[in-house]
Amino acid sequence: MAEQIPPRERYRREPVAMKEQDPGERIHNFNEVPLGYSKEDAVYEAQRCLGCKTAPCVTGCPAEIKIPEFIELIVKEDFAGAYFKILETNSLPAVCGRVCPQETQCQGNCVFNKTGKPINIGKLERFVADYARNNNVRPQVAVAEKKNKRIAVVGSGPAGLTCAFDLAKNGYDVTVFEGLHRPGGVLVYGIPEFRLPKSIIDYEIEGIRSLGVKIVTDFVVGATRTLDELASEFDGVFVANGAGSPQFLGIPGENLNDVYSANEFLTRSNLMKAYLFPEYDTPIKTGNRIAVIGAGNVTMDAARTALRLGAGEVHVVYRRTRVESPARAEEIEHAEEEGVIFDWLTLPVRVLGDEKGNVTGMECIRMELGEPDASGRRKPVPVEGSNFVMECDQVIDAIGTQANPLVRAEGMKKNDRGYIIVDEESKATTRRGIFAGGDIARGSATVILAIGDAKKAAKAISATI
Amino acid sequence: MYKIERKIRFAEGLFGIWVEAPYVAERANAGQFVMIMTHEKGERVPLTMADYDREKGLIFLVFLVAGKTTAQLADMEQNEELYSLVGPLGKASEIENYGKVICVGGGTGIAAIYPIARALKDAGNQVLSIIGARNRDLIFMEDEVKKVSDRLIVTTDDGSYGAKGFVTDALKKILEEERVDRIWSVGPAIMMKNVALLTKNYGVKTLVSLNAIMIDATGMCGTCRVTVGDETKLTCVDGPEFDGHAVDWNEFMNRLTRYRSQERMAMERYRGGR
Ligand SMILES: Cc1cc2nc3c(=O)[nH]c(=O)nc-3n(C[C@H](O)[C@H](O)[C@H](O)COP(=O)(O)OP(=O)(O)OC[C@H]3O[C@@H](n4cnc5c(N)ncnc54)[C@H](O)[C@@H]3O)c2cc1C
Ligand SMILES: Cc1cc2nc3c(=O)[nH]c(=O)nc-3n(C[C@H](O)[C@H](O)[C@H](O)COP(=O)(O)OP(=O)(O)OC[C@H]3O[C@@H](n4cnc5c(N)ncnc54)[C@H](O)[C@@H]3O)c2cc1C
Ligand code: SF4
Ligand code: SF4
Ligand code: FES
Repeated sequence: MAEQIPPRERYRREPVAMKEQDPGERIHNFNEVPLGYSKEDAVYEAQRCLGCKTAPCVTGCPAEIKIPEFIELIVKEDFAGAYFKILETNSLPAVCGRVCPQETQCQGNCVFNKTGKPINIGKLERFVADYARNNNVRPQVAVAEKKNKRIAVVGSGPAGLTCAFDLAKNGYDVTVFEGLHRPGGVLVYGIPEFRLPKSIIDYEIEGIRSLGVKIVTDFVVGATRTLDELASEFDGVFVANGAGSPQFLGIPGENLNDVYSANEFLTRSNLMKAYLFPEYDTPIKTGNRIAVIGAGNVTMDAARTALRLGAGEVHVVYRRTRVESPARAEEIEHAEEEGVIFDWLTLPVRVLGDEKGNVTGMECIRMELGEPDASGRRKPVPVEGSNFVMECDQVIDAIGTQANPLVRAEGMKKNDRGYIIVDEESKATTRRGIFAGGDIARGSATVILAIGDAKKAAKAISATI
Repeated sequence: MYKIERKIRFAEGLFGIWVEAPYVAERANAGQFVMIMTHEKGERVPLTMADYDREKGLIFLVFLVAGKTTAQLADMEQNEELYSLVGPLGKASEIENYGKVICVGGGTGIAAIYPIARALKDAGNQVLSIIGARNRDLIFMEDEVKKVSDRLIVTTDDGSYGAKGFVTDALKKILEEERVDRIWSVGPAIMMKNVALLTKNYGVKTLVSLNAIMIDATGMCGTCRVTVGDETKLTCVDGPEFDGHAVDWNEFMNRLTRYRSQERMAMERYRGGR
């Protein structure tokens, strides 16, 4: 068993980096980019943790993972124990360990930030979850006595799955309704294989099913049945249908043939596995010069997917600069390493095409940063007369998503942007018995915030239903 | 799940299947469709419900072999199960008593026009139906459509059955002579476009059911977008029926060709591999 090391040594030790696939190689495959920790790496990294009594890291984790405790179990090389410890509060550790913006969540609160060397909590979490999966460690979760109450969950993204998991643990009979043919939400249709292999999600969903949660796919709430019907058939409902409607810029030429929404591009590639066409039946197109508009995680995912599909040149076009871009730092770095070209301070004004609908270019205007706007970021303003045509044969709109109006219920209020209004603590909507969380209540956010919402809702449902 | 209860072969490459889908059948209405996948690695494709039996929990789908997915579907036999099926999707046709209506169905659109004609008839309309196809073999469900129509005209391009010519020829004749309150038209894009161009001259509101390319059919991907008037609409959730006079047909028909070369390749591989 590994040794505890003296505190002084903990301060001195450098964080363990995670090995990655070489950029030149990885743009030719869809395999995961970071390769994971070895046992030795994990223990070596875990030994740095001070096990702070106050655990500031935990306050940064909406899933309230008992971080110092699971890290201590890693030091003791009890990896299965560490897995069970994490599962006490988070049902999706292999996912979170990979996609959480740790720099602003758990790690952002670690005491080691003072020295710029926060504990790699996400990487350790990932290691533990991967260890469990690779060694067939099945979850051991205490389940409360059956309550004989039925709860419906709408949507099987991170919010829906987490709420189902927590409620099942508390003895509820839970049914999840999913519109697509596969559960997982953005984790399966949006985030690419090279960031989050689908087999991992399947494994974590199996764990949730093993608690007795039923997942009904091919069931669109608002079409197959209404939310009102579900609300009358079940004792309670948690709505977590995400914010999956694509947004377009609204500029001329956006309905030309090879203008994609990021959702279409990514759904084809991820959910439908078009990257394996023709083994899989769904086609996808990749141009020679592709312009991807935006600068969020979604933009990076679309750009990096395009590269892997064989695009000649991929440009990210964003009206602000790198500093203002909402993507995780790591995503931009990975994209850059892989050869994505960034056109900062550039605003598309028109997509150009021929009479057959093919894209022939995109007219853009240069921008400069002015005064800070309401969001506190410096507002980009067009530079008069700087219009130019960027050559490209495909455009991907990756400027964000919005609420889908399909799911509605009598008395369940939404705000003016279509998001469901909920109580901050309980996640109760204005309709009794219906709760909501994740992207449909907060606007496009993150996996871990969706999980946090779902946990609060599960708590409130357990207390009141 | 989604077992094929019965399979009907109407003609070469033209089939009808009754599929077990009780949840869908219970809520199905005229004008709505389902998304299906034949197998796990398949595509999600939309098919209109040509009929439904709420009691037995069955829906009826009619399809023309257009490419790989429909070819696979045609190769499936009774008692086999579809991998996925979801619905009822899209907005139902707006059925009211309008007075005198014409229902125009071309090709597989005959199947889609049938429940619309039936619902319009049930609502008290005088229903004139025009159904057309390339030749006699491809005319199907004639008796069903006849039963719910006050008058039925059949056209074939080659004159092998009914009146020789396109559905638009028959339609023009009626519009020259009679006042009509509303028209529905379902069929190949080019047919719907021509119907819409024609009826515009007579100022009769015309609804068309657009067969845009789709993936999720819940308003999530935007692939099915179409310009109607000045607005971009999603065919899957805002449609599939739109005002034919407001649809940007050029854009719509261009967008249907987006995957031509891949579709051809998939079909060739499938046929070749058998
Ligand atoms: C490409 C992309 C990359 C991202 N990268 C990151 C990242 O690196 N890190 C991060 O933290 N976050 C990331 N996000 C954001 C994150 O994925 C979301 O915030 C999170 O998934 C929201 O979870 P959710 O459960 O609320 O909704 P979703 O994950 O959107 O799940 C909603 C589910 O509901 C289903 N549904 C929708 N409507 C209906 C209906 N009517 N009936 C039945 N089911 C329905 C959907 O099919 C879906 O399965 C990314 C998002 C995208 C799109
Ligand atoms: C609302 C709606 C209802 C429809 N109802 C019927 C019906 O009742 N009977 C019928 O025979 N056909 C119907 N269609 C068209 C049918 O979906 C296509 O013929 C089918 O998808 C072809 O798939 P494929 O793989 O066999 O052919 P492919 O080789 O893939 O394509 C042949 C042509 O079909 C269209 N198409 C391809 N993929 C899709 C897709 N994912 N979604 C929609 N269209 C696609 C394209 O125009 C393409 O050129 C409907 C379409 C829509 C949108
Ligand atoms: S779930 Fe996310 S925020 Fe919480 S510890 Fe894991 S990586 Fe950090
Ligand atoms: S704050 Fe950092 S060092 Fe302290 S317990 Fe948390 S992870 Fe360990
Ligand atoms: S099919 Fe995806 S939005 Fe209509």
